[in-house]
Order: sequence, then C-alpha cells, then structure tokens
Amino acid sequence: MREIEYREAIREAVIEEMNMDPKVFLIGEDIGKYGGAFRAYKGLLDMYGEDRVINTPISEGAIIGAGMGAAITGYRPVSELMFIDFSTLAMDQIVNQAAKIRYMTGDNLRCPLVIRTQGGAGRGVAAQHSQSLEAWFYHVPGLKVVMPATPYDVKGLLKTAIRDDNVVMFIEHKMIYLLKGPVPEEEYTIPFGVADIKRQGTDVTIFAYSNMVYKSLEAAAELENYGISAEVFDPRTLVPLDEDALIASVKKTGRLVVVTEACERGSVASDVAAKVSLKAFDWLDSPVKIVAGLNTPIPYNSTLEQASIPHKADIVNAVKEVMGI
Amino acid sequence: MAELTREQKVEFLKTIITIRRFEEKTIQLYQVAKIWGYLHPYVGEEAIAAGTCAAIKKSDYIISTHRGHGHSIAKGADLNRMMAELLGKSTGYCKGRGGSMHIADTELGMLGANGIVGGGIPISVGAGFSCKMEAQGRVTVCFFSDGAANNGVFHEALNMASVFTLPVIYVCENNMYAISMSACESISCKDIANRASSYDMPGVIVDGSDPEAVYGVVSSAVARARSGKGPSLIEAKTYRFGGHHPNDPAEYRDKKEVEYYKSEKDPVINYKKKLIDEKILNEEEIKMMEEKIKKAVEDSVRFAEESPEPQLERFLEEVKSI
Repeated sequence: MREIEYREAIREAVIEEMNMDPKVFLIGEDIGKYGGAFRAYKGLLDMYGEDRVINTPISEGAIIGAGMGAAITGYRPVSELMFIDFSTLAMDQIVNQAAKIRYMTGDNLRCPLVIRTQGGAGRGVAAQHSQSLEAWFYHVPGLKVVMPATPYDVKGLLKTAIRDDNVVMFIEHKMIYLLKGPVPEEEYTIPFGVADIKRQGTDVTIFAYSNMVYKSLEAAAELENYGISAEVFDPRTLVPLDEDALIASVKKTGRLVVVTEACERGSVASDVAAKVSLKAFDWLDSPVKIVAGLNTPIPYNSTLEQASIPHKADIVNAVKEVMGI
Repeated sequence: MAELTREQKVEFLKTIITIRRFEEKTIQLYQVAKIWGYLHPYVGEEAIAAGTCAAIKKSDYIISTHRGHGHSIAKGADLNRMMAELLGKSTGYCKGRGGSMHIADTELGMLGANGIVGGGIPISVGAGFSCKMEAQGRVTVCFFSDGAANNGVFHEALNMASVFTLPVIYVCENNMYAISMSACESISCKDIANRASSYDMPGVIVDGSDPEAVYGVVSSAVARARSGKGPSLIEAKTYRFGGHHPNDPAEYRDKKEVEYYKSEKDPVINYKKKLIDEKILNEEEIKMMEEKIKKAVEDSVRFAEESPEPQLERFLEEVKSI
C-alpha cells in the first residue's frame, strides 16, 4: 500500500468530503494562501476558493461561533484552532454554546461542527503552545473527542467527524504531521468508538493514544527482550470510548498501563484507570499503572521539556512493575 | 420608505401587547413557582422586537438573548409551546430541556436565546456566512444588550462580519443596565452605535419604545444587507421596566428615572394612544384585541399545565446515548 504523511491524509479527507458535500467548508487562521500552520490545507484555497476556505482574523471565539452558526443553519463547517492552547479564547463558544445546543433545544437545532486543532509537546514551543488539554473536552457532555495517531486513522476519522451531526473536537499532535503510514487509495471511513489494537499481546495492555501510541509501540518492541508480550491498545476516539474492547483486552492480558502525555491530575488516563479498576477488577493481576506527563507547564529548554513528558523508558519501566520484574 | 399600512400598525400593537401580557403572566407564574430557575422579562422593551421582526421575513434568522421571550413571540413563536417550555414540559420548544433562556426553533429561524451574555454574538457570524453562501437574500438579526457590547466577542464578531461583508443586523437593546451595572458607568463611549465606525459599518441610534422608528431603521439595514453591502449596528435606546429578574427590586436605580420611563416611554401606552389619535383603532377595538390576547395567554398556560412532563425513563435512555 502507498504511504503518505499524516498531514497529507488530513488534506485528502477534507478534499474528499468537500467534493462530496458542498455544505462542507473550512474556516480558521492562516488556512488560505499559507495552507494552515502545519500545511495540512496546502493548495485548498486554489481548489475551492475563498468562500469555502475562509481565512479569518485572529478571533478564536468568532471562529468557533462562525462554525456553530453555520452548522445550525445547514452547513458542515470545519473550524480550526491553530493550537489547542488557543481554545481558552473560545471556551464559551465550545463548551456553553456548541456542546449544548442540540440537547438543550430538544434536538431542535443540530450542530454538525468539527473543531480541528492540535496539541502536545516536543517542539520547543514552551508552555502556551504545547499543552495536552483533551481532558477538558472529554469532561464536557455534548462533545466527541477524537485523537488519531496514524495517517490511516486521521483520514478515516476526519471523514467520519465531518459527517457526524454533533460537535467533534478533532485533536491532532504537532509531532506527527510528517510521519508517513499506509493509507489506501480507495475511500474508507472509520467509525467512532472503535478502538484499534496497534499491536497484539498477551501479558499486558498498554492504553495509549495520539503520539503516545508510537512511544508505546517502541516500548512494546523493547519489552520483547524481556519476554513480555505487550498489547498496544489505541482507542482512537476518547468520546465515545470503546470500553468493551478495552475490558476485553484487559481480561485477556490481566494487566493495564495507561499512557498519556497530559499531566495525570484530572486526566483521561486517570479516568480510564478508574473505569477498568471498577469494571474489570477481578481480571486484574496487578494494580493499574499510569504513565503521564509531569505536573508542570511545559518548559522551553529541550532537556526539561523532554523530561516533562513520557518516553519509551517510562512505559517499559511501568510495564515491568505491573509484571513484577 | 413606503408609508406603513394600517395592517402593519395594528400588527405592531398586537405584538407589543402580546409580549407584555405574556411576560406579565410569566412573572405571576414565577411568583407561585410554576416557572422556576431564571426569568428575565422583556417588559418595557417590546417595541424593539415588534419593529425588528416585522422588518424581516420568516425565512430570516434571529439570534436572541437571556431576555428573549419577546424576540420569539415577534418572530411568530407559538405561545403554547413557549409557555410549555417555561413550565419545563415535554411539549415545549426544547422538550423542557432548555427553559426560558434557551428557546430555539429551526422552523422559526430562531437560532436560540442564550444564557451567556454575549454568547450569541459570535454565532451571528456563522449564520451570516450561511446566509451569504446560500445567496438567497436571507439575513440574520443578532439581538444583544448593552452589557454584551462590553464582551470581547462583540469586537471579534463585528469585525469579522464587516471583513466578510456578512448580511447581519446587530440590534443592541441598550436598556441602560447590565443587572445592576449602569451603561453610563461601564461603556467607554456615549453611544454604543458609535462603535460601528470601528468596523466600518453604519451605526444608528433609535428610540426603542417606538416600533415604527425601529421598523424604519431595521428595514434600511436589512435592505443594505440583502443587497450585499454587509452588516449594520443599531442601538435601540430602551428601558427595563422591572429588575434584572422578578426577584430583583432594582434598588440601584433612581426612582425618578424609573418613573420617567414608565410614564413617558411605555410602548404599550404610547402606541395605543398613537393608533387612537391616528384613528386607526378605537378604544373598543383595542379592548377586543386585549381580550383576544389575554385569552391566548391563558390558553397557553392551560396548554402548558395540561402537558405531560418529560419522561424520566426516556431521559435516562437518551443520556446513555450521548
């Protein structure tokens, strides 16, 4: 199969959906001639024109409001927040407005809005451009939260997100836009709430999403040297979460390590650990372990930055602990 | 602008009185706890909704505020479904899930009242894009308050609406108070309409107690928007006759000020008098109109009271799927 970059997979998904449905349009900062801060929309302005690739002023509240207002009047916008850190400037529109409108109006108004954004550390862009804030949105009823790790997943899930009748927080990771992976030429979509086992294993389940999938796969490869067969479980969508598949994996392996780049307090990882402890306690051979970022604003200095997020070694050590070696 | 017809004037009065009587009834129901939560009556401001919504079509959109009952009524909402929503019943516009601050309806083009001051303003940008992209001549009216004009998104939205020449009419209902904060003490310029110059759009001030004046300025702004010339800002000077909500005695206001507006700027009193003076309606006809409205409001209460509560079992089922 051909291999394409993660950002190219995003571009393909958007092109396919825009060609299929004239109601789909893109709106955000620097998405016009510039093609988006990570160039995922390269060339789209020329292809679709200014009416469907709307390059906005720096007005995050209005970018989400614009998406929502168009969504409740029959369009399928993709609003872009250049960094998830900037969602702070649009929180009323995301949390109080878009997330609530369908339920609050008794299904009278539907809001098929995708909010594309990206987060994560590793790029030396310090505390206001490196956060992992998915837990904020994971917490709010009315939002779906998608965090794809691979080019294949990002394409299939973005197409599903655009077709969904609800608000989808579509969170990418800035360190994987250039990663290549197999993506079929033929059209496909990936349903929400269906996890993907990125690597099969029998001794321990490693729950990881977004960039942490790669670190977990590296860890799983190293763990082979210790005779440990680790399963890497990628939920792909945090809301809805494929709990059944996760429980099934834990029942098979008897052990769980949950990995997140975000700091642990109030994190998705804590919640997943709690869910499994509550629902599959009898199948656990050891307590669930969490590998998370440190409780710190992300520092600029590379050494400090790298020390603030999980790495292969942290995951390997956590797995060894739950394996009792 | 063409002369207003008799029918148009009668319709203004009917809308104004309907809103007034509906709101008076909601206050009564609030006092006996049949309506709970928050209630923000539109008493004193009725002429703005009446004049504005008469200047747009049913197919146009409106975006409303926490003080939004009048906007819905003027846009043609069914009193029964509104009252049912206020009583939290399953027959309400939002099936009892929204209440006073969240009435919305796709068919009416009512894109939602809003519990967040200023929360609706950014949504107008998207509705405006939608109108522009459709190219069917549709417009969006965005109601907001003096308080909302101090929110950051006001700037974001009006700037963006202007940059993209969106067909949006911003109607600021300056009722002089954001809860207790007076507009005089909280707004950096004398008139909110002046802010329009920052966004290169027309800024017009109008007497919000006069439905004909409101209709006139909104009609001009709508014509401008429909012809592709972009947004306008209208500041309707008005007054909130009661407190922020029924339990607010509004002691922060000067009694003379309240008396002045109630005696000089009551749209119900003034417009009745005007139509009598112009011999468009006589006292008897107005009395009949009042009786008809009173009955419609009472019918809405009966409808709401007799309507079923939302089913708890169904709610619990729905929650599982969210």
